[in-house]
Amino acid sequence: MLTVRGISRSFGDLKVLDEVSFDVRPGRMTGFLGANGSGKTTTMRIVLGVLAAHGGSVSWQGVEMTSQNRPHFGYMPEERGLYPKMKVRDQITWLGRLHGVERTVAQRNTDQLLDDLELTDRANDRLEQLSLGNQQRVQIAAALVHDPDVLILDEPFSGLDPIAVETVLDVLRKRAASGVPVLFSSHQLAIVERLCDDVVIISKGRIAAAGSREELRNRHATARFEIVVAQDAGWVRDVPGVTILDLDGPRAVFEAEPQQVLAEAVRRGEVRSFTPVVPTLDEIFKEVI
Amino acid sequence: MATISSNRATFAQATWLVAEREIKTLVGTKGFWISFVVTIAGLFALTVLPTVFGGDDPKVAAVGSAVQVVKGKALDVREVADVQTASDLIRADEVEAAIVPDGSGIKVLALNDPPGDVIRQLVASPPVELLDPSAVSSDQRFVTVLVFGLVFLMFGMGGAAIAQSTVTEKQTRIVEILVSTVPVRALLAGKILGHVILTMGQVIVLALTAPIALRVAGLSELLAVVVPALGWFIPFLLLGFVLISSMWAVAGALVSRQEDLGSTMGLVMIAVMGPYFGVQFFFDNPAVLAVMSYVPFTAGVAMPVRMFAQQAQPWEALASLGILAATVVVILLVASRLYTGSLLQTGTRVKLSKAWAPAE
Repeated sequence: MLTVRGISRSFGDLKVLDEVSFDVRPGRMTGFLGANGSGKTTTMRIVLGVLAAHGGSVSWQGVEMTSQNRPHFGYMPEERGLYPKMKVRDQITWLGRLHGVERTVAQRNTDQLLDDLELTDRANDRLEQLSLGNQQRVQIAAALVHDPDVLILDEPFSGLDPIAVETVLDVLRKRAASGVPVLFSSHQLAIVERLCDDVVIISKGRIAAAGSREELRNRHATARFEIVVAQDAGWVRDVPGVTILDLDGPRAVFEAEPQQVLAEAVRRGEVRSFTPVVPTLDEIFKEVI
Repeated sequence: MATISSNRATFAQATWLVAEREIKTLVGTKGFWISFVVTIAGLFALTVLPTVFGGDDPKVAAVGSAVQVVKGKALDVREVADVQTASDLIRADEVEAAIVPDGSGIKVLALNDPPGDVIRQLVASPPVELLDPSAVSSDQRFVTVLVFGLVFLMFGMGGAAIAQSTVTEKQTRIVEILVSTVPVRALLAGKILGHVILTMGQVIVLALTAPIALRVAGLSELLAVVVPALGWFIPFLLLGFVLISSMWAVAGALVSRQEDLGSTMGLVMIAVMGPYFGVQFFFDNPAVLAVMSYVPFTAGVAMPVRMFAQQAQPWEALASLGILAATVVVILLVASRLYTGSLLQTGTRVKLSKAWAPAE
């Protein structure tokens, strides 16, 4: 497990991170959400050891990280970059070797990844000859070639078309399933919602919410329900204690103690559906930041 | 899988991998080969052309009794019947001059300039005794200065590839991946090592072709003098190159885009051009040359030239080499700190003071 405890960081007088703490658990995809400038990239750079923290610690398997005992990170920076004039296959293999992987193993991993990411026929092209979407897949391969212990991906899905998102997702899920903690940032909340097991929301350098997706939903669940009846649902607003949020013919969304409304509905006739309204990540996000 | 693996690349491995990539990248470019071939061609031209163009004896016509006078001289003599024929040959540019009888002696006919090279052959020069004979003529020294200076200049400027490669890494942001993977010092060391190996390879090829060029030019006797000087030039060139390489690397690390590179390259250009022009201007001034042969930046050319001209003792060269090596160590330490301090700073040009500031 990767544990971040109380890290702070300032640039000049500007405090960018303030006592940031969260966990990235093995075998789980942790979504890291935050508005632009909220400190996501700074946090990731500190975790990677590229940037020093002004206080706080980052631990791996319970041991505080130093430059000597850092785990193998697979890192995909937000501002993508690889050598434009180097051939795809050579480049991935070289990066694998730079991570300490033996040449033959690096070559084998590279070929496997290029296959998984459907890039095999571009293996001997220079990176700059590929489309941006394909370059991004190469970037994913670069982050995975050395079988990293931890994956840190800054906006891995931005700029990918829906099919490419699925391809990349498959590859990342496989890694997570094998026990690798995956931390990825994104501003595409729908993807995070569908994909992540845990969520960390950062706002203005502070952790606004953290936990499993279900936990967060329950924590932010309100007494909000949706009812669909056979006839007009206008009567719901007359039930004492009800706040109507949305009323549209036979459908009503309201906040109240639910049983009273349900009983009244059953008394009046057919109830087609009655469900608690679970907040979307989008709503939670807007609420906490 | 999720345990701390021990198979991290060592510093040496990382350095070597970076060096290997630099070499492969540069050798894969056309520009590298073009400049290398041009250099070798230039070297041949410099040594061979003067003998091709200027090596022949002057052509003269001789009339009557004058033929006896020019016999045995370094002249290409053509015997003609009379003065009129000789004059015609001069006007037709067939010969440079004509030597004709003039009373009891001879006189030289030429078109519009007294033919100095012909006259020199005909006058008896007084015997010369040198009190302190030098094995190397001033001309030979000039050629050596020119060649050493040019080679130094060429490789020094070639180091700009280090700055370009550093900027490429910053511009594409691959530097973030690199820095999170290997120590920054390994990146710097690998870049310098890669380019030193490339330079050394080129110097070796040049050192092997230079004797061939000299032999082709019929200057074998010069070879005997040049070879020991070359022996001194190579260590100076290599250390000088490391010195300049580390400066190039910093120049690259301070900016984030190729377009901005010009703003930081100035100082390094001066460090590269300085020795070249300095030695060209002062090669005949032993005092200035002596000083320059100890200044680390100019020593690379000045000391080998002094060794070549036999103006310096071997211990002087070793002392200068020691000063150079010490400077290299200091500059490497400074460069490594500046490189580390500026590599992850993007945006506008990084101020030296900011790059030097301790990591926050």
